Amino acid sequence: MNNELAKKIILPILVFIAILGVWSSIANVVEDFPTPSDTYVAAFGGTNADGDEITGVLADPFYVENQDDKGLFWQIMESLKRVFAGFILAILVGVPLGLLIGMSRNAQYAFDPFIQIFKPVSPLAWLPLLLFIFQDINLTAISTIFITSIWPIIINTALGVKSVNEDYMNVAKVLRFTPIEKVMQIILPVAVPFIFTGMRLSLGIAWLVIVAAEMLTGGIGIGFWIWDEYNNLNYHNIIIGIIVVGLIGFLLDVIMGKIADYFDYTKKGRA
Amino acid sequence: MGKQKFLHLENIEKRFPILGKEDYIAVTNVNLEIKKNEIISIIGHSGCGKSTLLNMISGLDKETEGYIFLKGKEIVGPGPDRAVVFQNHSLLPWLTVYQNIEMAVKKVMPELSSPELRERVERYVSMVNLDHAKDKLPSEISGGMKQRVGIARALSINPDVLLMDEPFGALDSLTRANLQEHLMRIQQSVENTVIIITHDIDEAVLLSDRVIMMTNGPEATIGEILEVNLPRPRNRVELQHNEEYIRCREAILSFLYEKFAKEDE
Repeated sequence: MNNELAKKIILPILVFIAILGVWSSIANVVEDFPTPSDTYVAAFGGTNADGDEITGVLADPFYVENQDDKGLFWQIMESLKRVFAGFILAILVGVPLGLLIGMSRNAQYAFDPFIQIFKPVSPLAWLPLLLFIFQDINLTAISTIFITSIWPIIINTALGVKSVNEDYMNVAKVLRFTPIEKVMQIILPVAVPFIFTGMRLSLGIAWLVIVAAEMLTGGIGIGFWIWDEYNNLNYHNIIIGIIVVGLIGFLLDVIMGKIADYFDYTKKGRA
Repeated sequence: MGKQKFLHLENIEKRFPILGKEDYIAVTNVNLEIKKNEIISIIGHSGCGKSTLLNMISGLDKETEGYIFLKGKEIVGPGPDRAVVFQNHSLLPWLTVYQNIEMAVKKVMPELSSPELRERVERYVSMVNLDHAKDKLPSEISGGMKQRVGIARALSINPDVLLMDEPFGALDSLTRANLQEHLMRIQQSVENTVIIITHDIDEAVLLSDRVIMMTNGPEATIGEILEVNLPRPRNRVELQHNEEYIRCREAILSFLYEKFAKEDE
């Protein structure tokens, strides 16, 4: 039996058991805190502690009761739509801006102070201002994600451009490449892996931020759903929400990682 | 006027500004005439400005004073008429051997039809015996093979002058010898004007028609010019006992280690 593989399976199971233990003891101490088995029933259905038969939120994620009461699947889709809308806008603006900053020292001087100042601001600080401008939940959430996502994309794109080897540029000079040819044939192939690293970081942060943003904006979406379950005293659903958000975030990261590897020339031809 | 000079360097000087100090004069008072199809080596200790000199001919660097003419026209900026083989091959790592050469040919000869393009690229891949590796990425081939691709790429655009900046400097001595053989064989068939920067005495004598010896910097200039009167094709083993070969080696040795010995750095 493969020893490494056994460890990879057994060790996480031990940690999982430890987590269940800590969780159970918290549930013992804190009144009304859901136990692991309560939560399991709330997720997948069964008979709950009060002896009632219920359908779990994960057992029926596709239901649509009305505009404001939809299954978990629709909540997540709503959040993902906002994340990707803001994320794609950030790519459309951030990549060209990053290329400009990477290629032109003047552009770097011009933009760098503002990037440095705005980058550390929590995107949620922008949210009230954006809500005031748009007066619309969706546009506010999307523009918050846009502001969240754009900094790592700009910074990594510029870094990618700067890491173009001087020798490659000399080759381009000897062959008298036009500026467009330089970008398409030399700069982009070098910068693309960096750009994807930036995009991967951005998407991760965007998924973090959307939950908080939706708690503030309300409406529909996984963030507001979690907040709503708190107001409804459905504490087990908060735990389910946390796990679902975690799994989706993990999945997004894996997918972005795969896409990034596909475009990374340094990872080709090594097999 | 008589016949036109091919490549001509006139009173070249290169100064580098240093903040708050007088300019550093790297190279000064260089006058040199290079004939068509001539193979020239420029040799000197490190810091003698030989790479600076090559960069000025390639146009990647601009001379502070003086003029460089190629076929009667002054050189301003880099161009494909002066192909460069860089020391660290500088192949684009995301393109295969074939694509690296194709990129250059496509750019310099846009008029070629696609069969003509393919035929030309393949001819130059074959010239450096890399047919078996043409679809490999630079990361998958050895240092010597990469440098051969660099040479093929430089020659494929049919330059007037081939400039080589310590082309084999980063390679072990057996690989280096192998590449020197490649270069001599190719030169026999294509006939090109070649300028090689080197710090290897044997390489200089083996490859060149003339060896330009540079004095030490700062204010480096041409110290002596040595004619190598050896018939081609040259065989490195037979040359070891050839009087002319020995005379040339000794002349360079004496220049580098007696007349212009380099102090400890």
